[in-house]
Amino acid sequence: MRPSTIWYTLKQGFKNIKRNWMFSLACIITMAACIFLVGIFYSIVNNVDNIAHKVEAEVPITVFFDEGTTEEEIQAVGEEIQARSEVAKIEYESADQAWEEYKKQYFDDEDAADGFKDDNPLVNSSNYHVYLNDITKQTELVNYIQGLEHVRKVNQSEQASKTLGSINKLVSYVSIGVIGILLVISVFLISNTVSMGISVRKEEIGIMKYIGATDAFVRLPFLLEGIVLGVIGAAIPLIGLFFLYNSAVEFILTKFNVLTGIVDFIPIWQIYEGLIPMGLGLGVGIGLLGSFFTTRKHLRV
Amino acid sequence: MIDLVDVSKSYGPGLPAVNHANLHVDKGEFVFVVGSSGSGKSTLIKLLMKELDSTGGTITVSGERLEKMKHRRVAKYRRKLGVVFQDFRLLKDRNVYENVAFAQRVIGRPTRVIRKRVPEVLQEVGLAGKYKAYPDELSGGEQQRVALARALVNRPDILLADEPTGNLDPKTSEEIMALMEQINDRGTTVLVVTHNKDIVNAMRKRVVTMHNGKIISDEKEGGYHEA
Repeated sequence: MRPSTIWYTLKQGFKNIKRNWMFSLACIITMAACIFLVGIFYSIVNNVDNIAHKVEAEVPITVFFDEGTTEEEIQAVGEEIQARSEVAKIEYESADQAWEEYKKQYFDDEDAADGFKDDNPLVNSSNYHVYLNDITKQTELVNYIQGLEHVRKVNQSEQASKTLGSINKLVSYVSIGVIGILLVISVFLISNTVSMGISVRKEEIGIMKYIGATDAFVRLPFLLEGIVLGVIGAAIPLIGLFFLYNSAVEFILTKFNVLTGIVDFIPIWQIYEGLIPMGLGLGVGIGLLGSFFTTRKHLRV
Repeated sequence: MIDLVDVSKSYGPGLPAVNHANLHVDKGEFVFVVGSSGSGKSTLIKLLMKELDSTGGTITVSGERLEKMKHRRVAKYRRKLGVVFQDFRLLKDRNVYENVAFAQRVIGRPTRVIRKRVPEVLQEVGLAGKYKAYPDELSGGEQQRVALARALVNRPDILLADEPTGNLDPKTSEEIMALMEQINDRGTTVLVVTHNKDIVNAMRKRVVTMHNGKIISDEKEGGYHEA
């Protein structure tokens, strides 16, 4: 494409935006609202996911063994569990270690525990702590371990995993629904804006077509208009979210200081690694789609 | 240059707008297409511009078969044509120079070519001194000259004119037709749709008469006859 044609396209694109500034503004606002909500849901989903992973890493399944199971048999079971893909790591705790831990936790007075002398009351408490890398597979793994020979009991934090999994699912579904509706509205508005631009320039488009302009030449300024509106519509919420996210994290940690240490928020730059391309992609995509389909209707002259 | 073989165009049930028309125009010819309103002459121009598709027959223009032409090819085909309308169809927000340059811009001519060619063609149509004027500042005749300049700037093989004198007084009409004759003398094939009896009778060119979509007469140095 010649520089003069590029210059013409740019000029016409910006002229269109200026000429229909009210619709352009409406477009930008709707798109900004849409991408703003995308950003909020994206941040929530990512943070809930992050917490879920933390729980996965920190709340293990505990596996206990039948009375009389030998060390070798316990080790064999450990190897079988470790071989599973959803298992991140396993830690073995012998009966003696379990008793020492118990004493530390519940007998401040060492003498009280001395009454047991060498008779370990937790003699059958050797166990494995099994840590998962995917919390959604907890139930499946528990069922598997329960089916293994020598396993007496499996303790799991099923409630925590189920709740987090459900919250994440719910947030994802709501996000998809709301974002979907807003996307449709955005495409519709962009399409309307471009339609306005076309109706103002209908005569010009007709003349262009009569004198041999290609569809691409006629269409380019409108596509550019859509892209510019999309980029502006994405940039505003991305900038807004940057400040809002940090303030929201600060607010939550100050107001609910019980959460400090339990809930780790993802740093903003990490959220933006995914959100910037997603936001800009959405903006440009909506703009392009809206303009493309609207101009297609009007080019059959 | 232009070949219509058994061409028909229907908009729906009822009498077709063009009904089994046959017409052959050689390179460099000047042809009037005349007829009363609704005779099918404007539809004929639209078919030649590929603004409409025929419903029967074959149309060949400059070696290109129009009924088989793909949409993406139409733009390139139209660059071989210059088109002038009764209502001039100038862009009101651009001056004379920009209106004419626009025709070169849309087909991607470089600016240096445009700067050279536009003054040349404005000179040809007698508007060299008015290149900065806007359409509203010009008379009807001058506006039609701008439209002619725009149609000619890309050196088309064929000039199609749909009622070019419809909005002009008799004197200006004569001037515009004289200009078209000059264009024809330089080798451009000219096809003018009109119902301006005086002009047709005065110029003694080939006259094709249409009535109810049919070509009812085709005279070499003809005159305007009511059907």
